[in-house]
Amino acid sequence: MAARVKEHWPLLGLMLLTTLIAQVHFLGAEVVSREVTTALVNLVLVVGLYIFIGNSGVFSFGHISFMAIGAYTTAILVIPLSIKPYILPNLPGFLADAHLAFVPATIIAGLVAAVFAAIIAVPLMRLSGLTAALATFAVLVIVFVVADNWETFTGGASGLANVPTQTGVYDALAWALVALVVAYAFQRTRWALKLRASREDEPAARAVGIGVTLERTIAFVLGAFLAGVGGSLFAQFLGAFTAQAFFLNITFLTLMMLIVGGFTSLAGAVIGTIFISALSALLIRVEDGVDIVGLHLQATRGLREVILALIMLLVLILRPRGITGGREIRWPFRSAQPTVGRS
Amino acid sequence: MEALIQNIINALSLSSLYALIALGMAIIFGIMRLMNFAQGDFIMVGGYAIVILADLPWPLKVLATLLVVVALALAVERLAFRPVRDSDPATLLVTSFAVAFLLQNLALIIFGSLAKATTLSPFLLEVWRIGDLAVPKRDVVMIITTLLLLAGLVAFLDRTATGVQMRAASEDFRMTQLLGVNANKIVASAFAVSGLLAAVAGLFLVSTTGTVSWNMGLNPLLVGFIASVIGGLGSLRGAVLGGFALGTITVMLQAYLPLELRPYRDAFAYSAVLLILLLRPEGLIVERTAKERV
Repeated sequence: MAARVKEHWPLLGLMLLTTLIAQVHFLGAEVVSREVTTALVNLVLVVGLYIFIGNSGVFSFGHISFMAIGAYTTAILVIPLSIKPYILPNLPGFLADAHLAFVPATIIAGLVAAVFAAIIAVPLMRLSGLTAALATFAVLVIVFVVADNWETFTGGASGLANVPTQTGVYDALAWALVALVVAYAFQRTRWALKLRASREDEPAARAVGIGVTLERTIAFVLGAFLAGVGGSLFAQFLGAFTAQAFFLNITFLTLMMLIVGGFTSLAGAVIGTIFISALSALLIRVEDGVDIVGLHLQATRGLREVILALIMLLVLILRPRGITGGREIRWPFRSAQPTVGRS
Repeated sequence: MEALIQNIINALSLSSLYALIALGMAIIFGIMRLMNFAQGDFIMVGGYAIVILADLPWPLKVLATLLVVVALALAVERLAFRPVRDSDPATLLVTSFAVAFLLQNLALIIFGSLAKATTLSPFLLEVWRIGDLAVPKRDVVMIITTLLLLAGLVAFLDRTATGVQMRAASEDFRMTQLLGVNANKIVASAFAVSGLLAAVAGLFLVSTTGTVSWNMGLNPLLVGFIASVIGGLGSLRGAVLGGFALGTITVMLQAYLPLELRPYRDAFAYSAVLLILLLRPEGLIVERTAKERV
């Protein structure tokens, strides 16, 4: 048993850490609890991002489009039937009558996002690494433009409202833990090992017969599923959103969490998310104005982003592999034979 | 017929703008393998330079804008990109993302969230009438300026020592360094040229839209990004071609798409991009150096 725990410590340790951090919501008011939930939802997104980027080394700027798809799918499925005809009057019949509970809606949101990802992966994953990254950016823009205009399904630029707000701290925590398990299970498969080989040295990987297209596609689709789930949680947390919520800001934020943490390890995804979320929560208080020893400090809008960007630059310059150095966490106690190596 | 000619003029002037933006990104990409997400925000800073200097005569405004943006590009290179230059392309990409975010939010703090109206010169707003045809002077100025800039750039890259070294660096940066070329100088020159192109693009953009805002860099960024991907990453000719392709596609879609589909214009344009990538994954023009050496 102890050996098992030790072997899977990179996962169990992170699950423990996430669960403990989530308990912060007991400390404070409503606002703290909301921040914890947001952080956990972001963790689901970042872990989704990590599954693709961390294993393949190819950057994706398109994952937020899967989040968007998850969010809109969920909204269509969970908005109460009594209001739906007024919000989305032109929905096709089966969607107009659909009403699902939290869990099935969230799973379906993830699946729809995954199917979309599987379709666009066919052309995208043939591309070489950097070109693929750029192409995912095109996907982000396309999905944004469509979501911002397609009133039948998305409410257009005015967005959607009246989504039941049913994502609580523990719902978000449960899904965050699921995301961690999925990511950890995936990174122990042969696909992930092949991907990691290609990440370190693509020509060498190809030379020993690793064709990366299939492996990249699997990671891409799996990551998209989690992004869809994250979008679903996001929609059911805020209750109202517009397409703007799924564009560059959140793309930047999630990428930053992953990279600041260290994008080649699951630990990096978790620690980056916690670090940036905590910092962000702190800065937002400064933006609202704080009293420090009788001195009232209030910052203007944008200061938080400026400081976050500066911190990100500092991390990139001083610690380019992220806070964790791209390593998984180690069993914290002395052990005869270390079982956890570099990821 | 008039409508078509009008559309062609529009397409040419928009394409000139797009080509300059894409070229600015391609020059840096060629040497550093860095897709500079901050390029759009260099343009934004140029826009604010025009706003601040609104009372100056236009030649001074132009000159000052060029200086400001080139100085900014050099500063960003020195402070943000030089320390991470030897990292992998992904790190560089994210660094530029952070720089972009930083510049935008600094602008938001300093100038506020409301767009500011300004013009470069009233002359640019006038129109030449030829029959039923209305040719905005601005468009003509843009097209001619772009042609001159392109000619100047070609001369610079072909005839000057720095230009030749820059081309060598984009073929094989490591080798160029081994041959004794000063890497810092080459990269700084690339950023200076890129900043210059961004400044001119900023002048064009502001005289077209008449407004400056903290988030105005987004569209140019998308454009430059897409155009250089279509054209073939790191290829300068490709970037110009990509810029013209995207400009033309955009104007023609705007003109000839059925009314109810027009809000989706950008989605169609970017789908065309995906299509081109599908058919020619390396872009329209493939540089010999596009594939990484082993």
